[in-house]
Amino acid sequence: MAALTKEETEALIQEVLEIYPEQARKDRAKHLAVNDQSLEKSNKCITSNRKSQPGVMTIRGCAYAGSKGVVWGPIKDMIHISHGPVGCGQYSRAGRRNYYVGTTGINTFGTMNFTSDFTEKDIVFGGDKKLAKIMNEIEELFPLNKGISIQSECPIGLIGDDIEAVAKKANKEIGKPVVPVRCEGFRGVSQSLGHHIANDAIRDWVLENRDGDESFPTTPYDVAVIGDYNIGGDAWASRTLLEEMGLRVVAQWSGDGTIAEMEKTPKVKLNLIHCYRSMNYIARHMEEKYKIPWIEYNFFGPTKIAESLRKIAALFDETIQAGAEKVIAKYQAEYDAVIAKYKPRLQGKRVMLYVGGLRPRHVIGAYEDLGMEVVGTGYEFGHNDDYDRTIKEMGNATLIYDDVTGYEFEEFVKRVQPDLIGSGIKEKYIFQKMGIPFRQMHSWDYSGPYHGYDGFAIFARDMDMTLNNPCWKQVKVPWKTDDTSKVAVAAGA
Amino acid sequence: MPSVMLKKNAEGKLVFYVPKKDLEEVAETVEFDTPEKWGGEVLLSDGSKYYFEPIDGQPDFPVTLRAKRIDSGE
Repeated sequence: MAALTKEETEALIQEVLEIYPEQARKDRAKHLAVNDQSLEKSNKCITSNRKSQPGVMTIRGCAYAGSKGVVWGPIKDMIHISHGPVGCGQYSRAGRRNYYVGTTGINTFGTMNFTSDFTEKDIVFGGDKKLAKIMNEIEELFPLNKGISIQSECPIGLIGDDIEAVAKKANKEIGKPVVPVRCEGFRGVSQSLGHHIANDAIRDWVLENRDGDESFPTTPYDVAVIGDYNIGGDAWASRTLLEEMGLRVVAQWSGDGTIAEMEKTPKVKLNLIHCYRSMNYIARHMEEKYKIPWIEYNFFGPTKIAESLRKIAALFDETIQAGAEKVIAKYQAEYDAVIAKYKPRLQGKRVMLYVGGLRPRHVIGAYEDLGMEVVGTGYEFGHNDDYDRTIKEMGNATLIYDDVTGYEFEEFVKRVQPDLIGSGIKEKYIFQKMGIPFRQMHSWDYSGPYHGYDGFAIFARDMDMTLNNPCWKQVKVPWKTDDTSKVAVAAGA
Repeated sequence: MPSVMLKKNAEGKLVFYVPKKDLEEVAETVEFDTPEKWGGEVLLSDGSKYYFEPIDGQPDFPVTLRAKRIDSGE
């Protein structure tokens, strides 16, 4: 199908909005836009980070998901207590595939679920005593833990438990960092505020721990990788490239990361931000307090990787700059072969994306390297500054949708007819049943890594494997069947 | 009275960031910007204006300061 023109896209948005009652239509209209590269600022065309309308299907998460699931959860040598009823922790346990090295249950705890398992009694009488008790139990059962974080679920804020006081007391007793995080699920409009709260907790309870301690030997090439959650091994694929060009990666935030790495981060020379949305807060704080500059980079697809490596190297001396060129040259044969193999199979295919807070713009380059075109993109919980950065990445007249509802997304897809959709698990089966190839782009559909040159090869293979799978020819959807079945549908209706 | 995080970008221009509003904007002009005195009215590239209480000498960028919003530019 040919690309839609600007007018057609605008008409499509109007058509989709038609079904809503007036109030909802007015609100949703602000969240849907046609991309216009000439705009400098997104706030002229799109509104974001607002409360979702009641009654629509949204795929957003909560502040607890942002803090426990994204920022704190992957810190492997700490125990993260899901403080409150058992469900929040149990149903989100290990779902994000943040890989790590270590022996689970001995010195690492990433895929385990620790919860205070609130019952009625705890809601009525308060859960502080229970919290203190389970922290002692944790110390006894898992003595090799390096710290505890308390991830509040909704009831904690509602009943007003003083987890800060319990944390301070426990910190004195066990002599390890105990971090209370006020990430109750009802805070904010999406998981985005949870990221912010988690960043603030790191700032207040972790970052200063080694201030004034100069015992850590530093080099001029120390960097920290911030906002890489090592999904399917992403951070490892990124880290090897940085190390090959001569940098020393002191800390990984927070995929396969440790509390000791976080405490050492204020000693680095440069912070590298991959997921801007979830960790720009801490980078900005470190810039102000420790005068550590930060830059955003993008390790999806060879074009963006080379661009990013050169951008990072430009902030260091000539040895690193030469190192960057060496790395790019070293992998060229490898990624040229990947492109040569998959580009002919994927050329010209059109993709629609709807992911969290970073990938809607970051993966565009990787698709373009394979000759594919992203015709629609949107963020679950992006802010204005994310859309500012997206406008230039996307083609003109493409669709941009913020916090898209289930209904809108389906209608857009029916009309735009993309060859591939990249979104989350809740969308996956709907679109597969509609006969459209789908990749789950939150945790790489149980694959990965997708970062770095190694990841690009896997990314290309996965996209080809999904898109060119013969099964799609077997799926019969109502609007693609032959004439006889059309008659049958009409008769049935 | 928003808290504004100020820093200099690679071109030496002042970058204005208001965390609560996700506002990231380059400052066009700063009323007083000499080694002796800094502050006053700041005009952003989107047309909005903010006021900083003038201080003696340059602040140590990056820094967070309180600003008064004068004109939203809309």
